[in-house]
Amino acid sequence: MRPRIAPERFRALFEPRGVVVAGVSSHPGKFGFVALHNLLTQGYEGAVFGTNLEGGEVLGVPMHRSVEDLPGGAVVDLVFVCTPASANEDLLRACAARGVQAAFLTSGGYGEAGDDGRRAEEHLVALAGELDMLLAGPNGQGVVSTPVGLCAQIVAPYPPSGAIAIASQSGNFVSSFQNYSRASGVGVSRAVSAGNAAAVTVPDYLEYFATDPETRVALAYVEGITDGRQFFDRVREAARAKPLVVLKGGATVGGQRAAASHTGALAADDRVFDGMCRQANVTRAFTVEEAFDAAATFATQPLPRGPRVAVVTTAGGWGVVTADAIVRSDLELLALPDDLRGQIDERLPPRWSRNNPIDLAGGETRDTIPDVLALVAHHPEVDAVVYLGLGIQSNTARLLRDGRFWPDESLERIVGYHERQDARFAAAAAEVSTETGKPVLTATELAVADPDNAGPRAVRESGRYCYPSAQRAVRALEHLWRYARHRQRRAAL
Amino acid sequence: MSRTLSEPESKAVLAAHGIPCVAERVVGDPQAAVRAADALGYPVVAKLAGDGIAHKTERGLVRLALRTAEEVAAAASELLAAARPDDGEVAVLVAPMVRGNRELIVGVHRDPQFGPCVMVGVGGVLAEAVADVAFRVAPVDRADADEMLDDLRARALLGAVRGEAAVDREALVEIIVGLSRLATERDDVLSVDVNPLLVGENGTPVAVDALVEVV
Repeated sequence: MRPRIAPERFRALFEPRGVVVAGVSSHPGKFGFVALHNLLTQGYEGAVFGTNLEGGEVLGVPMHRSVEDLPGGAVVDLVFVCTPASANEDLLRACAARGVQAAFLTSGGYGEAGDDGRRAEEHLVALAGELDMLLAGPNGQGVVSTPVGLCAQIVAPYPPSGAIAIASQSGNFVSSFQNYSRASGVGVSRAVSAGNAAAVTVPDYLEYFATDPETRVALAYVEGITDGRQFFDRVREAARAKPLVVLKGGATVGGQRAAASHTGALAADDRVFDGMCRQANVTRAFTVEEAFDAAATFATQPLPRGPRVAVVTTAGGWGVVTADAIVRSDLELLALPDDLRGQIDERLPPRWSRNNPIDLAGGETRDTIPDVLALVAHHPEVDAVVYLGLGIQSNTARLLRDGRFWPDESLERIVGYHERQDARFAAAAAEVSTETGKPVLTATELAVADPDNAGPRAVRESGRYCYPSAQRAVRALEHLWRYARHRQRRAAL
Repeated sequence: MSRTLSEPESKAVLAAHGIPCVAERVVGDPQAAVRAADALGYPVVAKLAGDGIAHKTERGLVRLALRTAEEVAAAASELLAAARPDDGEVAVLVAPMVRGNRELIVGVHRDPQFGPCVMVGVGGVLAEAVADVAFRVAPVDRADADEMLDDLRARALLGAVRGEAAVDREALVEIIVGLSRLATERDDVLSVDVNPLLVGENGTPVAVDALVEVV
């Protein structure tokens, strides 16, 4: 097996003390401009340098003709390469001579570009090995590292800081995941587009993330796995350290040997990859949303200790559909314990459901929702809670705000009350989760339908993820339970 | 170039790795078939076996529920007469008829990406169309094997069903782990199909048909 890359070597890529952009352009439409711009605008505190053939200044940064001309005392760990492939071998040699330890190459014209490109890529990899330089890309979109404000990328948005680390074989999926991160407020620690992954591959990044103290969960997009056996061994080891969510595109490379056996015929259609994920305790997602939901949940919720879920809802239909989703999953819909039923009876008029889903049926008063959430989450037979109905009061408030009688003192008073209540409920869900060490997931379509609604806004402010639907919350929770169960079963052996 | 082993040879490979196979006799003529059936007890099954014979059901080379010496003798004669030149050396296999309605499939496959893999699933002649199977990469431990059974959509089949006992889950796990050992220890084995792995009325799984492909 290929030796793993020592975690320290990734420091130059994810926490460089200084960065030089090679091939800076003065034209705002060019990557060489955008890369410099993004490095200067997201709070990166290390020194930033630039090189190009024109000289002068771009965005206030003096341009040097070459890396040799950088100021004598400058400490530069990373070169962000926007130059054409033909210039890159000389560039890397000059960078190595200046102590640069990592290179991120956006340049195309390599492995994706026919036989000549493949040869150029082989030379590049050999050279990086010779220079002892970490080589990311080529043909990559960029790298993000929020702990140091590093935004060395050209297309994707810059995410809030958080605990999800992303490695992707497609730069566009880095964009997708970071867009979801921005929308949901669930942040990212590191993100890297592996490009052609000529030297550093997705499993290499995942191994680094497994050791990275800033990261709680790794999220990867892979396609075209070239050595499945090694991939399996390495992701299994990484998943022992922390959860790993994988979205895979395309069928396995190499195709299937013409199968003489039923077993061989049945091994088609990705089933072996699926089984491999189960075995390695890798969380496999089948859509971008499912992948981000799972990663966001691993990043913001504790692992459940068991499968028993209680649903707390302010209205019947939502609870019923959520219960159905739970029953179809590996989770269990908890039969409501008598003592818990008795405790809730004391707080609600008798029309509440008296079963799980715990449907409050509109019987709640000012403090009922926080009280019931706490009672339910603290009960020893409850392993996780799904909370539905957040934001309804603010929905009512929205109509008053948008109506023609606004502004009006009495309306403002009730609107303020409604919105404070939803904010309280969201905060209560996060608090009882922290107190109990159990997942408490809040789901409402308002997360996407009206993200400014006080409910989902307060969920984001609490550092949790507001699920756009109960089904997605249940699916994400199921992924957490499967991960936890895999560990429990093997710890018991 | 690969070749398939005959059914008795295939079962010998499996038995050596702890996979329970139905007790059977290999005979060369109808008289010997009757003696074998007398010894095993009726009803019996008779099949034509040979190195070149892979899918017996499709060719009508399996005779089930033979209840008398006459039926056994007639079936053996017909089977021997149905042999084709490219079947190679053939023989008749006589085995006790195992009672049970549940058919599973287990197997080994060498995946071009992931190497030796083990499979379990819903078996029978429609196994490929039903495609309710779970794979793992060898070596497979007991926890993995146990989880494979939970991966099946039709896992309810493993419980007590219509008067038949729940499947002996431990035995099934042992079979999967045994196949995994076979896959890692025998580089020359390209694939294994055990189909059906019949679950007896008492819940005990036993290999009724097997095909091993070797280099």
